[in-house]
Amino acid sequence: MAASLTIEDVERVAALAHIELTDEEKTLFTRQLADILHYAEQIQALDTRDIPATAHVRMGDDAEREDQPRPSLTVPDALGNAPDGAPDAGLFRVPRVIGG
Amino acid sequence: MALSRSAFEIRDAVRSGEASATEICRESLQRCDSAATTLNAFNLVTPERALERAAAIDRARAAGDALGPLAGVPVALKDNLCLRGVRTTASSKILENFLPPYDATAVRLLEAAGAVIVGKTNCDEFAMGSSNENSAFGPVRNPWALDRIPGGSSGGSAAAVAAGCVPLALGSDTGGSIRQPASFCGVVGLKPTYGRVSRFGLLAFASSLDQIGPFSGSVADSALALSVIAGWDGADATSTRTPVPDYTAALTGDVNGLRVGVPRAFVTEGVHDGVRRAFDAAIDTLRQAGASIVDIELPHARYAIPVYYLVCTAEASSNLARYDGVKYGYRATDAETLREMYSRTRDQGFGPEVKRRIVLGTYVLSAGYYDAFYLKAQQVRTLLRRDYEQAFERVDVVAMPTSPGPPFKLGEKTEDPLQMYLGDIFTVSANLAGLPGISVPCGFADEDGARLPIGFQLLGRPFEESTLLRAADAYERLARV
Repeated sequence: MAASLTIEDVERVAALAHIELTDEEKTLFTRQLADILHYAEQIQALDTRDIPATAHVRMGDDAEREDQPRPSLTVPDALGNAPDGAPDAGLFRVPRVIGG
Repeated sequence: MALSRSAFEIRDAVRSGEASATEICRESLQRCDSAATTLNAFNLVTPERALERAAAIDRARAAGDALGPLAGVPVALKDNLCLRGVRTTASSKILENFLPPYDATAVRLLEAAGAVIVGKTNCDEFAMGSSNENSAFGPVRNPWALDRIPGGSSGGSAAAVAAGCVPLALGSDTGGSIRQPASFCGVVGLKPTYGRVSRFGLLAFASSLDQIGPFSGSVADSALALSVIAGWDGADATSTRTPVPDYTAALTGDVNGLRVGVPRAFVTEGVHDGVRRAFDAAIDTLRQAGASIVDIELPHARYAIPVYYLVCTAEASSNLARYDGVKYGYRATDAETLREMYSRTRDQGFGPEVKRRIVLGTYVLSAGYYDAFYLKAQQVRTLLRRDYEQAFERVDVVAMPTSPGPPFKLGEKTEDPLQMYLGDIFTVSANLAGLPGISVPCGFADEDGARLPIGFQLLGRPFEESTLLRAADAYERLARV
């Protein structure tokens, strides 16, 4: 399956990730990712029946704490890095959402 | 390439009044400027802020206040660690003008201990790389051989310590990004146990693997730095309440009876002759000092590269979804609709390696491939963890080379990502299993008339940094004689 990674696969996945790749990038990534996936297929040979997955080495024994109310980011701080902030309105501006 | 003074020496000199924090800071800033030019090691040097901080420490001393354990020590930060109000880019165009509204916890702790931050170091974009060639601001050069890479992703931090700009720097290690550049630049690099140091304020790459740690000229300075930055933090649910010992107290110089495991079969395959010789000599040094060397097996270690690159890219694809041109960072200006704006921002703002990893990570998480790749990788991650758990029933530390080869030439591996990834074979397991690891200089390889540093690596049981540091420090003392 991975060895037959196609340019359409790369286009589909790039669209899911919201990255508009150039044609050169699509061609290059298709070849490079096919190599990487082909190499990664060696793990398929291992027997992992009944082996639990490790998503994380520490599942948060110490994750719980008392809530402590404290000030959050101010609106000017939150908008300070926005490429198109509207500080007076307290908003982030973005291009047209509907009809795209 | 000896450092003029260690962090310990600077701290003691500032406390006793033999040197002022301001003098030390000026000397460090001069060297940082020079390394910024010759090595491209810095994305930003912060002279005004640093001199203000140094002056505050001198005033505190004059007033008779107690000075912290890093009083007046100049420190460089990898540019993926947030410093409030100071440009923090992760070496990415998508964050080229980002000013963090808060400090990373590790950075806050350093400053509270009296450290003086002198600048932000160059790195691979979002810490994705093994050569520092993936920076939007150009590669860092290795101070030992300017036509070679310093390692990555924390290449600038390693180079800054090696070039004597600072006695201490912070980096982050997701699959070897502290240990491998430490090895390539001839300095010490420590990746603490997952959970030992808060990740709050570290720009996330792969959250189950990332960990912050120090670079230094000596093991003792890394122990000092870890004592300062380790600890529980309410802002990072994966940080731990396990008490933080004084790691410097563990440095007894004694390895008598220490059991050192060597996975022989694993460490002989595809390793450069010079690296193998230096590694064998290091093991011999430990044996002569009374350590017992034990053959161990890590049957699943050979699968570490595919497991690592499937897991880290999956996590990266999720973490980097936040860079969308809305809340901060770069935005493409030629888009009519929101969707176009997202897609073009991300194409123009990310470099090739970051895009490659996001696409790969999205692929392995997508319907039809999740079980075969992502879930399978997580199961093999369990097998790998068990290998180490079993090994640590018989030994106290595991030793292996840090990298299979010495630092390579700029451009040598950039066309072939898979070849670049394979060089991480000895470092990625520590992250997958959550173990602490340290790289210590153990010699040189001669290649093309250049003297190239080599490091070897020790891995320890979770939260047993003290054992790791004791063994590494003892080796360092023996090797120095």
